[in-house]
Amino acid sequence: MGWNRKVLRVNLSAGTCVPEPLNMAWANDYLGSRGLASKYLVEETDPKVDPLSPDNKMIMATGPLTGTMASTGGRYTVVTKGALTNAIACSNSGGYFGAEMKFAGWDMIIFEGKSPKPVYLYLENDQAELRDAGHLWGKTCWETEETIKASHQDPLIRVSSIGSAGENAVLFACIVNDLHRAAGRSGVGAVMGSKNLKAVAIRGTQGVSGIKDFPAFMAATTAAKKVLADNAVTGQGLPKYGTQVLMNVINEMGALPTRNHRDVQFEEAGKISAEAMHEKRPTDGKAHLVTNAACFGCTIACGRISKIDETHFSVKNSPKYWGANGGLEYEAAWALGAANGVGDLEALQYANLLCNEHGMDPISFGATVGAAMELYDLGILTKEQIGLDAQFGSAEALCKLVEMTAHGEGFGKELGQGSARMCAKYGRPELSMSVKSQEFPAYDSRGIQGIGLAYATSNRGACHLRGYTVASEVLGIPVKTDPLATDGKPELVKAFQDATGVFDSAGICVFTSFAWTLADVQPQLQAACEGDWSMDKLNEVGERIWNMERQYNLAAGMTARDDDLPPRLKTEPAKTGPAKGLVNGIDKMKPEYYKVRGWDAAGVPEKATLERLGL
Amino acid sequence: MRVTVKLYATLSDYLPSASKNNRVELVAAEGACVQEVLQQFAMPAKLTHLVLVNGVFIPPEARPTTPLQEGDVLAVWPPIAGG
Repeated sequence: MGWNRKVLRVNLSAGTCVPEPLNMAWANDYLGSRGLASKYLVEETDPKVDPLSPDNKMIMATGPLTGTMASTGGRYTVVTKGALTNAIACSNSGGYFGAEMKFAGWDMIIFEGKSPKPVYLYLENDQAELRDAGHLWGKTCWETEETIKASHQDPLIRVSSIGSAGENAVLFACIVNDLHRAAGRSGVGAVMGSKNLKAVAIRGTQGVSGIKDFPAFMAATTAAKKVLADNAVTGQGLPKYGTQVLMNVINEMGALPTRNHRDVQFEEAGKISAEAMHEKRPTDGKAHLVTNAACFGCTIACGRISKIDETHFSVKNSPKYWGANGGLEYEAAWALGAANGVGDLEALQYANLLCNEHGMDPISFGATVGAAMELYDLGILTKEQIGLDAQFGSAEALCKLVEMTAHGEGFGKELGQGSARMCAKYGRPELSMSVKSQEFPAYDSRGIQGIGLAYATSNRGACHLRGYTVASEVLGIPVKTDPLATDGKPELVKAFQDATGVFDSAGICVFTSFAWTLADVQPQLQAACEGDWSMDKLNEVGERIWNMERQYNLAAGMTARDDDLPPRLKTEPAKTGPAKGLVNGIDKMKPEYYKVRGWDAAGVPEKATLERLGL
Repeated sequence: MRVTVKLYATLSDYLPSASKNNRVELVAAEGACVQEVLQQFAMPAKLTHLVLVNGVFIPPEARPTTPLQEGDVLAVWPPIAGG
């Protein structure tokens, strides 16, 4: 049946943990994980709720394939109203935590209210209890995981926790599990911190049972794994070079946002690329990259494990950072690097480690630093205000600012509010490179037009993982489209958005979609789950999830004006590269997108659309 | 004419050993097409997946007929992806 059919409801105000049956009617309509948890959030909370108030809820959810033999079936999601965005948030993480939740017998944990004091949830199979976390408050995510494992005398406990960023309401705080995997975006860690919930620790020993048709499931998952293994991207490219291989690609294409999107090509991109991570350093003769790594059940293994240069100024007096550790992935390398004009690979890894250690989204952090550096460059922010020279390209400034933000010191408090609030405070809101207050990922939409529409219309704020049209516009997956053209992009964006909703809700990694289509996922779901999981059904579920999220955001007060890009991308043409002279065509694409979606000119779903989707 | 060839990821193995930063400058015959220049590196065809000239994608069917010009930058990757 795929699902455990069991939800744990944790009322932090009352200190209770109560099991309840999973709403199977909703599971039939929304599948699991992102879709199903979002349905619970929509039904149980006021969309206008203050994200950091006790009335907001936070849901950790698995999908029907989480914890199973399906490749990459280790994903879980955190669904809530985002602290950074004031929009619906669904942040997805790999590692091993999600599978452990399934092994403990649960599909979902709903957190409501606010604990009067710091606590953590300990979940061992059916046993659930809230425990005092006074001794953990103030500890890093890494210390928290280690302390919990030691106190329970069990190294196999899986932990998701917040660091100082989540405790101090850094609006892009994330929730870190397994040391360097994270539910990273939209500020879900700030919501967790607002509830005085330090961590969730799970030990599950029950495995996954109840697969509807086990022989068919084994056949389907085996066939699908062969597709991944035989595909040159998922079988060879991603394991060898990871996502970081895109650094040079996107730079060559003139779509690498540089110095807060002032430029679209970074002259030092090669120094922070996947290829650079393979090169031996002159200081110690070792390559930055140690090995690749996989999350639970993953047969791709795109993760990077690296070892920082012990002689680098950032860590030469801090041996705790000298071991092999997670990173750099492409998004972090871009946000901490090109976005600020910093071409020092070791500095980027140091900043990345601190983001993991203290629980911050490196995309939003790095991009916010980029905005601060532009304000500094313009003379709007001074050395006295920031506390240091914050010129573009300064690795020293980057390393100091990540420490200040993680610890809530000085100007770090302002950085912790994200670029939209910071730029507005200093009278230049247009310099925040964000949508719905969430910072852009690593693609400039003047050079890749479709991703601009995907950013603008993403239900969780600017995000590449809500509709990764880069796959088509750059990589030719599943078909090559012209990155500089706007024609056909509304249809492309919708197709990617709806399909991604299914991948996310199934409990698998969206990176499988470099080789799989929904036709590869469908037999796995059909064999695992009761009911009809035909292709038509899956397409409908993906579209239903998107429209449900949209309805939530509209009820929260958002309008078509929130589906827009910053003026820079619409009025300042790219200076170099293939897109030289181009701006993003969002104003042309957006009305077409609304029509393709079955929404009116104001971006509101038409009655017929809602009825067709059962909303 | 002089052109710059950049070979990335696993294709860097096909660059001359003295190459740095994944690139080599070379002199090609006037009007040489993309495919002719690529053939000099003896790379398996299935590995020359993403081919850009000055950042613009050249589809496989156009590589035999797309001429290079003085100063062009030809960049090539095997099948890769990211996110």
